[in-house]
Amino acid sequence: MRYAILFYETQADFDARSGPDAEAKMGAWMSYIGSIQKAGIMAAGSGLQPPSTAATVRLVGGKRKVQDGPFADTKESLAGFVLVDVPELDTALEWASRAPCAGTGCVEVRPTIPSTN
Amino acid sequence: MGGLPPKPSMETHNTIQQVATDGYGKLLAIVASKTWDLALAEDALGEAFHAALRQWPIEGLPRAPEAWLLSVARRRLMDEHRRHQTRQNSETSLEIETELAAIAVVDELADLPVIPDERLKLLFVCAHPAIDPGVRTPLMLQVVLGLDAARIASAFLVAPSAMGQRLVRAKTKIRAARIPFRIPEKAEWPERIEFILEAIYAAYGTGWEDVTGMSGSGLSSEAISLARVLVCLVPDEPEALGLLALLLHCEARQSARRDLAGNYVPLAQQDTALWNRPLMEEAEALLHRASTSRQHGRFQLEAAIQSAHAHRAVTGKTNWPVIVTLYRELLLHAPSIGGHVAYAAALHQSGNSQAALDELSTIPQETVTSYQPYWAVTAHALLGLKRLNESRAAFQHAAGLTQDEATRRFLLQQCPPEAKSL
Repeated sequence: MRYAILFYETQADFDARSGPDAEAKMGAWMSYIGSIQKAGIMAAGSGLQPPSTAATVRLVGGKRKVQDGPFADTKESLAGFVLVDVPELDTALEWASRAPCAGTGCVEVRPTIPSTN
Repeated sequence: MGGLPPKPSMETHNTIQQVATDGYGKLLAIVASKTWDLALAEDALGEAFHAALRQWPIEGLPRAPEAWLLSVARRRLMDEHRRHQTRQNSETSLEIETELAAIAVVDELADLPVIPDERLKLLFVCAHPAIDPGVRTPLMLQVVLGLDAARIASAFLVAPSAMGQRLVRAKTKIRAARIPFRIPEKAEWPERIEFILEAIYAAYGTGWEDVTGMSGSGLSSEAISLARVLVCLVPDEPEALGLLALLLHCEARQSARRDLAGNYVPLAQQDTALWNRPLMEEAEALLHRASTSRQHGRFQLEAAIQSAHAHRAVTGKTNWPVIVTLYRELLLHAPSIGGHVAYAAALHQSGNSQAALDELSTIPQETVTSYQPYWAVTAHALLGLKRLNESRAAFQHAAGLTQDEATRRFLLQQCPPEAKSL
């Protein structure tokens, strides 16, 4: 079964990417992603740039409307994701709990829709 | 008049709270053992507690609160039973009717009734071999201590809905298969008590705290409560004494596991002044009591290992050779991957990093790919042997497998830096 593990970080987490703790923060993420790869379960994944770099598109009455920023201004924003192949939800939750942002932001786990082919 | 419920006085409130904490499992054990139906017993008891919250503030505290709750729960069960009577065959019906009537005994006593303690039966049901080992601990936490499914789910890292389903399935099985509420025969005893001990131990979380730095499942005080209940019910069972001693020794170090900045402090470097003396003394007394039986077992050995660590508070240094010997003994009694890894850690700490690596290499690799303690100990042993590149990779993998932020930071700080190319 394939699950999406979605990492949500706070603004402080995003700011720390370039602060004095940047190296420690990167090290924690590198270790974590490295362990997922080593377990042989990683199907895809990537980190994301901060929400301030986002743009959101909507069709309103047939007209394209482009907005600066993420779709919703929330306390925690999507910071990255991985797709993992694991037998069941509990295993995906265990990997989610190891994410460095689990203590500051949160981690969402969602089963993906199985592909038809 | 408004529909506001009466505000309970402090005394009423405290009594309800106390009966709920101390008496829940006791009351549930009595009701469930008469009906063989945990879910039904929980509902009946839940309604009795609701009735108490409504009535006690108005009518005042009953003289015997537990007996009051019990008779309300019984009435509720009788009603429920009569409603479904037509659907049951008459023989079972009569049997259950008689059983339910037996609960009424406490209702009619003029003096303060003595409520029998049937919780041991409840523990044996929860840890019955026919129940999936994965749900035994959650079941115990719910029926003996009254914890809700959401709280249990979080501690076990499972979705609350999934945990709820597992608990319901287990209770259905107990009813459908008629798993008996009884104390096992002597011949079955050692195996059956072992299941209870394991389930309580699982509630505490990892026992290898010195290796992993993990702070357990977040249910440590609940696990200790369960172990205390068990010791009170079987005061002469050496392994039960051993388990409680083990948990108390681990618990005694709770406030020494982090320094003021929140950094992880490994067991061997903890400030012994921060260890909780009363808990350690209680643990030592329990272990001593267990040893008089001269029946060794896994939990007594694990407690003895923690006792050896605790001894540093007196002598100022850890006696690693003794700990190594105890682990070797433990592996003979109860071989496990965690045990092998902890044994390797002790070998490394006693100055023999090569022996530690050799021990680790005996563990089948596919079982430890994502087992954090294995990688943490491997990293330290490799570092001890100055195999820096391999050590660095192991530290990084261990950090990647860690949930606790302070431990992750600790592991990455221990990690040898990459050699600068010239």
